[in-house]
Amino acid sequence: MMRNIFPVVTVIAVILGIWTLAVIPMNAHLTADQAQRSGMEMTPEAPRDRQSVSAIKLVAQNPGIIPLTFVQKRPNLPSPHQVASELYETIFNKKITSKRSLVYHGWVTLSATLLGFVIGTTLGVLLAVGIVYNRTMDKSVMPWAITSQTIPILALAPMVIVMLGSIGIQGLLPKSVISAYLSFFPVVVGMVKGLRSPDQMQLDLLRTYSASNSQGFWKLRLPASIPYLFASLKIGISASLVGAIVGELPTGARAGFGARMLVGDQYGQPMVTWAALFAAAITAALLVAILSLIERQTLKQMGMKAA
Amino acid sequence: MMTLLLAGLVWAAGWWVNARLANSATSDTPAISLAIPVLFGITLIVMWEILVRGFDVSAVILPTPTMIAARFTTSMPLLWADFEQTILKGAMTGYVFGMVAAFVVAILADRSPFLTKGILPVGAFMAALPIVGTAPIFVKWLGSDWHSKSAVVAVMVFFPILVNTVAGLKDSSAMQRDLMRTYGAGYWATLLKLRAPSAMPFVFNGLKIATTLALIGAIVAEFFGSPTVGMGFRISTSVGQLALDMVWAEIIVAALAGSAFYGAMVLIERRVTFWHPSQR
Repeated sequence: MMRNIFPVVTVIAVILGIWTLAVIPMNAHLTADQAQRSGMEMTPEAPRDRQSVSAIKLVAQNPGIIPLTFVQKRPNLPSPHQVASELYETIFNKKITSKRSLVYHGWVTLSATLLGFVIGTTLGVLLAVGIVYNRTMDKSVMPWAITSQTIPILALAPMVIVMLGSIGIQGLLPKSVISAYLSFFPVVVGMVKGLRSPDQMQLDLLRTYSASNSQGFWKLRLPASIPYLFASLKIGISASLVGAIVGELPTGARAGFGARMLVGDQYGQPMVTWAALFAAAITAALLVAILSLIERQTLKQMGMKAA
Repeated sequence: MMTLLLAGLVWAAGWWVNARLANSATSDTPAISLAIPVLFGITLIVMWEILVRGFDVSAVILPTPTMIAARFTTSMPLLWADFEQTILKGAMTGYVFGMVAAFVVAILADRSPFLTKGILPVGAFMAALPIVGTAPIFVKWLGSDWHSKSAVVAVMVFFPILVNTVAGLKDSSAMQRDLMRTYGAGYWATLLKLRAPSAMPFVFNGLKIATTLALIGAIVAEFFGSPTVGMGFRISTSVGQLALDMVWAEIIVAALAGSAFYGAMVLIERRVTFWHPSQR
C-alpha cells in the first residue's frame, strides 16, 4: 500500500510545486501595478513600460512583489492555498441552503447527473440486451452506437435545453437528458461486449444442461457482463457529470457548478470559477471512487476480476 | 391518424427489409453490413420528416430533415468558415500540442519506474475530470480567439494520451528487452526499435479517444467567449435566435468532422500497427 501511495504523492507534489511557481509570473504585472499604487518602488516605473517587460524579468527586478502575488484578490492564477481556502469557506462555512454554498450548487448539478445516469444506464442495458438477442437490431443499431462515440454529442446540449424548454420542460430534466445521453452509449458498447464475453464452451455447457434461453441469460451472460458493466459505468458517470455541467452553461442557469463557473467568468470573480472547477473535480472523483468501491465488493462476492 | 399510420408503415417496411438482410446468408459481406445501418438511418429520417410534417411541429422545436439539408447546402460558406475556425485552428492545433506534450512527458517519466507508478493513477484520475470547465479560465488568459480553444483542447487530450502512452511503453516483455540487450542496443535503440513500436496499439487507443475530446473542447470553449465565427459561437447564437435548422446544420458538420477525424486515426493506426493481432 505505502509503496503505491508514495509515487502518487510525489507526482501530486510536483504538480502543486509547478502550479505555485507559475503563480508568480502569472500575477506579476497585476501585482506590480497594485504595489505601485500602494507606494512601493517599481522598476520600470511607468506602468506602460512594464507592459512590454516579460513577467519573469519584472519579478527579477522587483523581488519584493513575490509574496504579494500569492494573495491577490482577483488573481489571473490563484495559488493552491487560495483555492483550498475558498473551497473550505464555501463548502463548510456557508449554510447549505445559501446561494453562495458550493454544497447547494453541487447538489443541483449532482441530482441532474444522477437522474440522467440512472436513465442512461437503464436504457443502455436494455438496448444491449436487445442487440445481443436480436440480429437485426445488432446489425442496424450497433454501427450507429459506435459511430456516435466519435461525434461531439456535447455540442447538442444547448439545443436540447432550448427544445425541451420550448415544450415546457424545465429545471432538472433537460440537464438529465444530456447526462443520460452521454452515459448511454458507453454502457451500450460495454454491455454488448460483456454479454458476449462467455465463450462457446460455456454456452455449449449450458446447452448440455438443457438450459433455456432465459436461464442462459440470468445465469451466464448477465453475471459475465458485470465487470464490463462497471468499467462502462465509471466512464458513464464522469461523462454524465460533464454533461450536466455543460447543460448549465448556455442557458444562463442560476444554480449548479456550470452556473458558478459562468458567474465567476462574467463578474470577474476568478475565485468563484476556480472553486466551482475544483468542486466539480472532487465530485467526479468521489462518484468514480464510490463506483470502484461497489465494483470491488460486488466482484469479490461474485468471485470475479475487473475487466 | 394518417401520419401515425404512415410513419408506422415506413418503420415496418424498413425493419422488414433489414430483418431479411440481417438474417440472410450474405449478411456478413461488407456491402450488406454497411447497407443495413444506412437503411436503418434512412428509415428514421423519413419517419422524422413524416411525423414533424404530419403533426405540424413548429420549426423552433424540431425542424424537418429537408429544412436542415436546405440550410446546410445554402449556408456552405458560413459553415466552412466556422469549421475552419473551430476544427482546423482550435481543435487541430490543440490536439497536436497536447499529443506532443503527452509523448514528451511519457518518455521522460518512463525513464523512472517511480514516476511511472505515480503518473498512471494521477493521469487516469485527471482524464476522468470535467476539464472542459477550465475553458473560462483559458479564455480569460489567452483571449477569445482560437488560441484559448486550442489550449483547452491540449489540456483535455493530454491526459488520456499520456496514460495510454505510459502504459504502452511498459508493454514490451522482459524477454524482448533482454534480446535487445544481447544485441548491444542502448536506451535509444531499444526505445525506437522495440518499445515505441510495441506501445503503438496503446498510443492509438489514446489518440482515438482524444479525437472526440478535441472537438468537444473546441466547441464548448466557444460558449465562454469567441469571435463572431466558430461552431460553438454559431450554435449558441442560433439557439438564442431559435434558428434550430442552423444548429442542426452545425451538428451535421460536427458529426462529419468527428467521424472523419476518428476515421483518419483508424487508417493511420492500421498502417502503423499492421503487425498487431487485432489488425490482421
